This record gives sequence, C-alpha cells and structure tokens, in this order.
Amino acid sequence: MTAVKIETRAKPRAPGRDEAKAEEPMILIEGLTLHYGDKPALKGISMQVPKNRVTAFIGPSGCGKTTLLRCLNRMNDLVDGVRITGRILVAGRDVYHGSMDVTELRKRVGMVFQKSNPFPKSIYDNVAYGPRILGTRSRAALDQAVERSLGSAALWDEVKDRLHESALRLSGGQQQRLCIARALAVEPEVLLMDEPCSALDPIATAKIEELMDELKSRYTIVVVTHNMQQAARASDVTGFLLMGELVEFGETPKIFTTPGDRRTEDYITGRFG
Amino acid sequence: MEHTSRHYEMELVELKEKILFVGGMVEEMIGSAMRSLLDRDPELARQVIDSDPRVDVAELEVDHLCLNLLALRQPAASDLRFIATALKIVTDLERIGDLAVNIAERSIELNEEPPLKPYIDIPRMASAAAGMVRQSLDAFVKRDPFLARQVLRADAAVDELNVQLFRELLTYMIEEPKNVSRALRITFIAKYLERVADHATNIAQMVIFMCEGRDVRHPGAQKRAGGES
Repeated sequence: MTAVKIETRAKPRAPGRDEAKAEEPMILIEGLTLHYGDKPALKGISMQVPKNRVTAFIGPSGCGKTTLLRCLNRMNDLVDGVRITGRILVAGRDVYHGSMDVTELRKRVGMVFQKSNPFPKSIYDNVAYGPRILGTRSRAALDQAVERSLGSAALWDEVKDRLHESALRLSGGQQQRLCIARALAVEPEVLLMDEPCSALDPIATAKIEELMDELKSRYTIVVVTHNMQQAARASDVTGFLLMGELVEFGETPKIFTTPGDRRTEDYITGRFG
Repeated sequence: MEHTSRHYEMELVELKEKILFVGGMVEEMIGSAMRSLLDRDPELARQVIDSDPRVDVAELEVDHLCLNLLALRQPAASDLRFIATALKIVTDLERIGDLAVNIAERSIELNEEPPLKPYIDIPRMASAAAGMVRQSLDAFVKRDPFLARQVLRADAAVDELNVQLFRELLTYMIEEPKNVSRALRITFIAKYLERVADHATNIAQMVIFMCEGRDVRHPGAQKRAGGES
C-alpha cells in the first residue's frame, strides 16, 4: 500500500511548531512486512510517527498493532520464525541495520507493558536498575536519576518516604507508573506503551493518560490500546490497523469525527463485521 | 452495516423517527396556518396554536435522547455527526413550529377584517418554504447531500418573494392609511415564511455536515475558527 503520510495540521495554540515537527518524524516506517512463519502479520506498513506527540494504534485483536509496536525496539527478534522486511528509522537510524546495537536501541526506545512488571526489589532499585546496568555508580547520580524519573512519572510524592520498600507493595496503578519511571530512568527518546491501562481502574487510567500528555513534550509516545475512548482522549495521532494492514493514519480528532475509510468508520462506531 | 450493539442501533433509529415526527408536525402546522389564512378559517388557526405544546414536548424528548446517547454510547464519526445534527435541527424545527403559530395568530387577526387583496405571492412563498422544510428532512432521512444542496439554492427565491411582497404592500400602505394594519400583518407573515426558509436552510447545511463531515456554514468564519472546511 502507499505511504500514509500524516498531515500535521498546525494547532491554533502553537502554529509553526507542529509544522516543523511534521518535517522531522521521530519514527519513519517504510514498507514494513512481518511474517510469523508463513503467516503475514504486518503487510507493507508505511507511516511517519511525529516527534513529541502521542500516537495511538487501534484495531481489533490480531490486527497487528502490538506486533507493530514491538518492531519499533526489535522485541520481535526473540520470536521463532519471524521474518521482517522493510525499514524502520528511529531518529534517522535504521533499527534493523546490522550495526544497530539492540541494547542501545532499547535504551532509546523504552517500553511499558500491559501488566505492570516491577522487579521484586525496592522502589529505588527498580528505577536505578537501568542506570546501574549502563554504568552509573555514583550514589548522587543514581539518587538524582531516581528522583527525576519518579517525578516525571508522577509517583515521587507518593513514594518518596518509602523508596526502599518493596515495589510489589504498590497498588496496580502505582506499579504501572513505577514501570514508566523505570523506562524513563535511562532517558529514552521514545516510549512504547502496550495497553498500559487495561488492568487499571478509571482513576489510575486517568493518571496514566495525564502523564502521557505531560511526557510528550520530552518524549515521543506510541501507545497500543483496545480502548478507543482512550485513543480519542489521550492521543494526537491515531493509526487504525486491520488484518495486518494500516488502513488509516491521521490526526485523532479527524479519525474520530470524519474518518476517510469505511473500515475505520465501522470499527470506531462499533459496527464490527 | 448495523451496530454490534442492537440496542444502540435501536436508539439511533428512535432518534431519527422522533426528528421526523417533529418535522411532520411542523410541516402540517405551516400548511394549516396558511389554509386558515386563505380559507378565512379561525378554527383551523386555533388548532395550530393548540398543537404547539406537542412540538415543545417532542423537542425536549429529542434533546434528552441525544444527551443520553452522547453520555452512554460515546458515539464517533458518522454516529456522532448524526446525533450532533439531530440536536441542532430539532431547534430549527421547533422554531418553525413557533413561526407557524405566529402565522396562525396573524391569520386570526386578518380574518376579523375584510380581505385587503387577493393572496397571490404569499401562498407561493408558503409552498416554497414548506417545500424546503420537507426536502431538508428528506435529505436528512436519506442522508443525501445533493438534495440538501438543492434546499440551499431554493432559499434565494423565497428571499426575493419577500422583498417583492414588501414593496407591493408598501404601496398599499402609502395609498391608504386604513390599509396599514392589514398590510403590516401580511408583511409579518411574509417575514415568518422567509424565516421558515432560513431554518430549512440551516437544516440542509447540517445534513451536508452529517453526510460529508464538512461544515458549509459561514465560509469566512471557518478559517478563523480553525475548522475543517
């Protein structure tokens, strides 16, 4: 299929700035095709994920949205029999090029999963884990990274007095924000979120969505969600996938008021065939 | 394709039927108000006035249904545009009902005096305006933007008839002061009909928005509002 180029319309409050971003996508995907064995899971996906915005992938189960997300930091490399063609550039660098260091890539492209997965360690050690692995030894630098990351994840005020308690004692929503803080601790450029709120109650969900809105000024966020209202509320740009194909990709308000494709229309209005 | 949720589908059908019900009522009110004028039938005029509360009730029901749909179904895309359109056009329909009542009131007053002149342009205006209302509702039901655009084009003819009638009635008033009260009342009726046509135009514009997602109102203001046009 032809490249779906996102038209980044200048918003009234920040004219010019968004236009500049449109010229400089954070992630560029070209003709991406992925097979699990003989089964195609992604068919010729092309898109430009804009920098410093929240991009949502929506679509029914099995449409390929999580597979697409996992391609962005090569999480699919570990799957048996996977075959990938096409190109993905993150900040101009080819993700699947032989010279790409996958650990370095995953530092730059962090990920938060559906089910929060804190390590069975203290809150502090969870957040300090990444910086330590990357060689930070100084206590002061680690303290600073932990405070900064927990602050960015809107968790600092809730946990600052019990940093050395087990992370497993936090509530579900707090654990998910801890996982966000852990991803942020290594200062990524892109944050991938795979159904980050599907196990959370509405208040915890609202906090994560609020956080996405705050974080996007510093990071580029890509989120996969089953919840169409979440995509509508929390994203700037939405891509609709169906059976491995990117059906439509555009500004979220446009997708939810006047989608261009009949299949998008049917999906978001709840007409599932 | 129908909604996976049959209940949602039924609510949308119910909304459409309610709009048509209000539309049918106000169309009939315009027709009856005009007949009461032409046939000098004050009883018919009174029936028009008495039927207005039913339109008001139906308007409230439509609003209630729309708010429930918005709150409970979180509609998107064409469903959202359909509900937004219903919410707006029901106001236009209710106003058309009010204008029919105004025509009926003037008709009662006019029928207490001898006729000023034979009615020629007023029935033409009425049939053009009522035709626009009917056509705009047809366009709504059939989701037909082509039909809606025909309504927009018809509005100019009604405006022209109104201007023409005003000039003619002005000469009656200048010629003979005792014509003034009747001529004024007829001028009012012409103005009411012109307003009916304007409301039909609003409905047609909303139908185009509903079908195409494009707002065709106030082309100059669209850019400043940052809307898509």
